[in-house]
Amino acid sequence: MQRADYLMSQLDVLEAEAIHIIREVAAEFERPVLLFSGGKDSIVMLRLAEKAFAPAPIPFPVMHVDTGHNFDEVIEYRDRKVAELGLRLVVASVQDAIDKGQVVEQKGRRASRNKLQTVPLLNAIEEHGFTAAFGGARRDEEKARAKERVVSFRDEFGQWDPKNQRPELWNLYNTKIHPGEHVRVFPLSNWTELDIWDYVRREGIELPSIYFAHTRQVFERDGMLLADLPPANRGEDEPVFEAMVRYRTVGDTSCTGAVKSAAVSLDDVIEEIAATRITERGQTRADDRASEAAMEDRKKEGYF
Amino acid sequence: MAAPRMDILRFATAGSVDDGKSTLIGRLLYDSKSIFEDQLESVERTSVDRGEEYTNLALLTDGLRAEREQGITIDVAYRYFATPRRKFIIADTPGHIQYTRNMVTGASTADLAIILVDARKGIQEQSRRHAFLTTLLQVPHLVVAVNKMDLVDYSETVFNEIVDEFTSFATKLSIGDLTFIPVSALHGDNVVERSMNMPWYDGSSLLHHLENVHIASDRNLIDVRFPVQCVIRPHKSTDPALHDYRGYAGQVAGGVLKPGDEVMHLPSGLTSTITHIESPSGPVDEAYPPMSVTIRLADEIDISRGDMICRPNNQPQAAQDLDAMICWMDDVKALTPRTKLTLKHTTRTVKAMVKDLQYRLDVNTLHRDDTADNLRLNEIGRVTLRVTQPLFVDDYGRNRLTGGFILIDEATNATVAAGMISNPLR
Repeated sequence: MQRADYLMSQLDVLEAEAIHIIREVAAEFERPVLLFSGGKDSIVMLRLAEKAFAPAPIPFPVMHVDTGHNFDEVIEYRDRKVAELGLRLVVASVQDAIDKGQVVEQKGRRASRNKLQTVPLLNAIEEHGFTAAFGGARRDEEKARAKERVVSFRDEFGQWDPKNQRPELWNLYNTKIHPGEHVRVFPLSNWTELDIWDYVRREGIELPSIYFAHTRQVFERDGMLLADLPPANRGEDEPVFEAMVRYRTVGDTSCTGAVKSAAVSLDDVIEEIAATRITERGQTRADDRASEAAMEDRKKEGYF
Repeated sequence: MAAPRMDILRFATAGSVDDGKSTLIGRLLYDSKSIFEDQLESVERTSVDRGEEYTNLALLTDGLRAEREQGITIDVAYRYFATPRRKFIIADTPGHIQYTRNMVTGASTADLAIILVDARKGIQEQSRRHAFLTTLLQVPHLVVAVNKMDLVDYSETVFNEIVDEFTSFATKLSIGDLTFIPVSALHGDNVVERSMNMPWYDGSSLLHHLENVHIASDRNLIDVRFPVQCVIRPHKSTDPALHDYRGYAGQVAGGVLKPGDEVMHLPSGLTSTITHIESPSGPVDEAYPPMSVTIRLADEIDISRGDMICRPNNQPQAAQDLDAMICWMDDVKALTPRTKLTLKHTTRTVKAMVKDLQYRLDVNTLHRDDTADNLRLNEIGRVTLRVTQPLFVDDYGRNRLTGGFILIDEATNATVAAGMISNPLR
């Protein structure tokens, strides 16, 4: 901060805005929960929640929607972080939902549990009576998300109605809901991918190791490098090879692609991201390639 | 290590595809390398599939299925780009009158607004409406981008006529900072680089203007206003040092606060002294808008969410009767006198009743209709409200954060209006 003319850097402005949103929601909702996947965005969001209430602890639990198709490094990080902060962790399991017959596993080589997350997510929100769920989504990620409110209303079926959103003015958020309804809250709405990385560097935030270049057994599918783990259903015609890669996003192992990279340090990663000409979802998420409106359709049903 | 970027400029753009608004935004994003290859490929593919003869950059911002189908912008879309000088947040809003509420929403947080004028058509009804709404929402800086200069042979005369006409209209409004820039979004003239086609124009390119417009003094740094969001009380039995900790968390809405300052709590009127200010990065010796901080005071005062901290010699007005301009945003119900609503102002939420609708304002002609007995979707009028508890308010023109409020329908919970307190129109 340059005190002379009271200027604030972009990261300070974004941080102040996110903390204001988190405090506002914690003050006005009975039962908030923070969706924590162990990905970089939710890690930054968790850090902001820590700062919002310091020196008091974070006054709400965190929830992980677990596809069962995880990177071990991310689950290890999740458990360590939750223990460190003394938080309650709620796990909403896709495997449980499959076992109970609430959702049906997709078939075929490109089967993914990504879309199946919606049902356990909504069930957990209902079961625990959560009224507000913080998510780490950013408006720069995807065109449907560019239209989403910071405090985004969900009806009793958990659905998003993009054509009937509440106008959001100044820093005044409408937090009124009826029983059975909830809101999703996106404190990082105005952050870009690069802002997240700049903030990680500035704050010295630790990330799961898969965000940095490492050697991994991978194979190529639809122009993406997938980890050779069971959920990816590698076929005979998809040869495995070893490559130096890092992950730009962290999701279900069946549909999250790695990028070739030699960036082993934070500075290297930031340099690569600043220079890249492809969006993170376009490069690493098979689920968004399905159609022009894939994200909008998933979101309407109650996805993140 | 890259140099840290300076600050953020939020700007709103108003206009329709016909004005070349999407082309202009596309040009800013493209020339600042903020459009990614896969986004461009997707837009190109969709354009070809739809049989359009050129790449339709509007598809970049029109993200919803309904918008793509109808070829119109329905809702505010937020776009991001950065240059080495600044990060920019664009609130891209539709220009048609039936989307006034969206433009009002986008303008509420904007430091600057860009109004597009088609050089061939000159000032239209819609340009006047956009200028009025920009003023109503007190957007500090306005840029009139006179677009499609290539179609009027880059004529200085045409440009000057538009400047004169707009300027004479603008005297009826109170526009702080007004800038005119002749551009061709399609060819890129004066968008990022100064154009060789208009040697008679000696001002900045649009991007240069956006990078350099001075916004630091747009905030109110005079009147200390700190609406309390929540009280931080750690209660850690393991840490006796925190046992008596009591902090007041909030985002500074005005003025500069320092440890040692005498402050007053409203509604009690009790005074105390600031002992500590904690920012997200630790203790600081100053807090100013829009910092989110936690303040500690020397004395124990009963302070809770919705209260206001100010200076004893500079207090907001404690008001239960409010005069305000409002923009009605509900598409089902209309506002009528005696309507009861929920009102949210800073961190305080109260019940409100519409005592009087003074007049409805025609956003195109600025004519006041004082016989009006209701306000419908997208209509703007002046009302008197009575609220159940005092609000600590400033004139919206003096502070947008302590002068603005929203109205919420008690049955549907919809946000039905945006209000600006005592915003006298000349």
